Order: sequence, then C-alpha cells, then structure tokens
Amino acid sequence: MKYMLLIHAASDQQSSCTVQDWIAYEKEMKDAGVLVSGHSLADLVTATTVQVGPDGRRTVTDGPFAETREVLGGYNVIDVPDLDAALDWAAKCPGSRDGGAVVVRPIAEFDF
Amino acid sequence: MNVEQVFREERGRLLATLVKRFGDLDLAEEVTSDAIEAALRHWPVDGVPDRPGAWLLTTARRKAVDRLRRDRVHAARLALLQVEVDRADPPAGDALPDERLELFFTCAHPALPAEDRGALTLRCLAGFTTPEVARAYLVPVATMQQRIVRAKKKIREARIPFRVPDPHELPERLPGVLQAVYSIFTEGYAAQRADLAEEAIRLARILHGLLPDREVTGLLALMLLVHARRDARAELLEDQDRALWDRDMIAEGSALAERALTGGYGPYGVQAAINAVHDEAPDFASTDWPQIVALYDVLLKLVPSPVVALNRAAAIAMRDGPAAGLALLDELAAEPKLRDYHPYRAARADLLHRLGRTTEAAQAYREAIALAGTGSEQDFLRRRLTATEEQA
Repeated sequence: MKYMLLIHAASDQQSSCTVQDWIAYEKEMKDAGVLVSGHSLADLVTATTVQVGPDGRRTVTDGPFAETREVLGGYNVIDVPDLDAALDWAAKCPGSRDGGAVVVRPIAEFDF
Repeated sequence: MNVEQVFREERGRLLATLVKRFGDLDLAEEVTSDAIEAALRHWPVDGVPDRPGAWLLTTARRKAVDRLRRDRVHAARLALLQVEVDRADPPAGDALPDERLELFFTCAHPALPAEDRGALTLRCLAGFTTPEVARAYLVPVATMQQRIVRAKKKIREARIPFRVPDPHELPERLPGVLQAVYSIFTEGYAAQRADLAEEAIRLARILHGLLPDREVTGLLALMLLVHARRDARAELLEDQDRALWDRDMIAEGSALAERALTGGYGPYGVQAAINAVHDEAPDFASTDWPQIVALYDVLLKLVPSPVVALNRAAAIAMRDGPAAGLALLDELAAEPKLRDYHPYRAARADLLHRLGRTTEAAQAYREAIALAGTGSEQDFLRRRLTATEEQA
C-alpha cells in the first residue's frame, strides 16, 4: 500500500539535520525497496498560486507564504505493507526532528 | 455454561479471529453478529455444542462467504475466503487461537483519536452495541455512531495493522491500550455505573492473561483496589464505612500490586500501591501516611504532573500537618493546569479550615464551588462551606 509522507519543516527553528542525513535517509529507503518517488521543494518564496474562477478566468498570485509554524518542504511516496511500517519510515525522516513534523497520508486507490 | 456466558466469552475471540482472517473489521463484526444470531436459533433447540467457539467460527465463515457473494465489490476477497472455508473446520482440540491481544492493539492504535480508543475497545472486545457504548460515554448515539464509523474507516483505509507490536515497541504502544481500558473504568466511575467498571476489570483480566506485563498487572490491581470501595464511595475516603469495602477484592488487588512493583516501578503499579495502603488501613487516622508520601514521591518522578503534586501535598498534610501541606499547595498556585481545577481549590480550603483560617477557607470553598462541574461535587462543597461559615 502506498503512503505519502508530507515533510513539514518548522519555519522558526534551525534544523540540526545535515545534507548527509537526507542523503542517507533516501538511500535507506531505496535500499529497502520502499521508495516510489520523492522530491524536496524549493524555497517557499518561489511558490505561485493559480486559481480558475467560474467564468474561466485565471488568477495568478504570489505565494502562499507560511501563515503557520510549519511549511511543506518536500514529500516521499513509499510502498509498504501497513500504517505501522509507514510510521516507522516517517520517524526515520530527518524532517520529523527539530520541531518539524511528517504527516502520513495513505494514497487512495480507486478501481476504475 | 449458559448461552449468554458462552457469547460473553466467545464474542471477542471470534471477532479477533475473523479480523485476522479478513483484515476487515466491519465484515468481521457483521458475520460475528450473524453467527451469534444463528446460535440463538439453534442452541436452545439442539443444545450448546461441545466446542461453541469452533461452531461459531465455522458458521461465521460461511456467513462471510454468503455476504461476499452478494457484494461484488468484495468479489476478489471471496476466492481467498472460499479456500479457507473449504479447507476444513477449525483446528481440532478445544483451543482456538486467541487473537484478542492483536485486537486490543488495533483498537488502541495511536493513529486513532485518544477519545475513541476506549469506545472501540468496548465495541470490539467487550461486545457492547453502539447505543451501549454511547451510554457509557454519555454522548448521543448518533455522535458515537459517527465516531465508531470514522475510526473503523481509518483502520481499513489507512491500513492500521492487526498485530501485536514487537517487544521493543511495547513501551511506546502498551500505554495506549492500558489507557483505553482505564478510560472505560473512569467513565464507569464518573457515571456511577458499576457494570462498566466491572467490564473494564474483565477486559484487564483478559489482557493480563494474554500479556502479563508489569503495568498490565498494575492496572488490574489499581482498578480492583478502587472498585473494592464502590459501596462506600458516596463519602470522602476519610468518612467511608470501611465495613462496606470488598475484602476479597482488596486481597486480590494487594497481591497483584505487590507483584507489579517487584523489581521495578510503573505509574499504574505505584497508583495501585497507594490504593492498597489506603485499603489496608483499619481506619483513616491510622493510614500509613509516610508510606503514601513515599509512593507519591516515586509517582511524581514517573509522572511529573501538577495533579500528582497536588495529591502528594495532600498526603504530606496528613503526615506533617496542614501547614506543611498548605505551603506546598501555595507553591503550586502558579500552575496553569491547577488554576481552574476545583479539587485544588477544595484541598486548599480544607487545609485552611483545619488551620482555623475560616474566612480564607470559606473564600476558597466558594472558588471551588464556582469551578465544580457536577451536582454531587457542588453539593458536597456547599455543605463544607456551610460548616466553615458556622465556625467563623
């Protein structure tokens, strides 16, 4: 079963995780054969929002910017047997430390 | 054994076995009900079978096949289940595998809301109906129904596993299970429902039989030692008629408490020991207060909460006099958790009263009354206030 790990970094805290920690984490997921995909996102100031209104006109705005303590910094999709396994991988993620949090969401499977 | 006792004993086990087979709590619950319904039709006529558990399991599996045949969404699961049903009847011998421990951990999984874990445990392991669970938690049936449906949906769709955690995971996972069972007990206590408290004790006994961990022993001991005083509990501990206490339950609880504290400490074991000291005292005055204070010292290290500190201060007041207790309570005055906590105000009022500071005591009682929620608590505090005002 696939789960997305949404990695929220604490915006107000200095992370003690090094680049090596993230590389090691990714390698561990690859070696275990659970990593489906994953990316880290560029800085939040580069974000742009698009909305299309009922009249079909699109609105493009700068942002959003962090209104909460945490910002989405990246994600991983993993394929593991159950939620407990997904929680173990989330706990290993460097992003779950230093005031950050990893939200675990099952990926919906539809039978078409 | 009568039919009702059989269901009581077998229902949780049957459900646990079926959840393990199907990985689907809803389906397992439906066919458990179907099987029990079938038993209610057949057993009064044919008699209770020699192996009622095996009979129920076989019937439930057949009912599951029937249900899945009707439900095409589940068609994929049908093939798998058909093999199981065809393969044979349950293993010979009387012992069906007991998978209730897995079910305990599923119902109390930390990914579920804390307030739903007790409810789900009552529903799945004690076999309560949703209206019964709603009554236990004093919420409308529709609300409880929504909560149970949501919890089951999360178990199914997020795939919360049906398993006993590995030994190294137990320290993280077991407290949730114990908390779920204890919450059933405390709800029963708050609602003055002895049947609910007894159900919690029954669940703790099952858990203890499956996982004789130190803290499981401690929790069972704690509940027995508190429940032993049920017939006298309308009064404060100091005013209770100790002849009403259940001596057999105290003896069992004390022995378990002692076992829970052999070679180490856990919060439930220490709380059980505190209650054992109270229960074993011939009267309130001769309670072993130094021992109670020592146990609260340990508990405060394990659970550094202001409420534990409050109880410790009350015990110190009994050991060293009201002035010593009051000094400790005033040190806790800044705790945000205690500011609106009426037992804190009431404890302070009591100590002021005992020190003869009646005007301040009356004021503290008034503060406590303003914060006290339920009718009986308020009535009690009002009586104390009146007594204090008469002395002023």
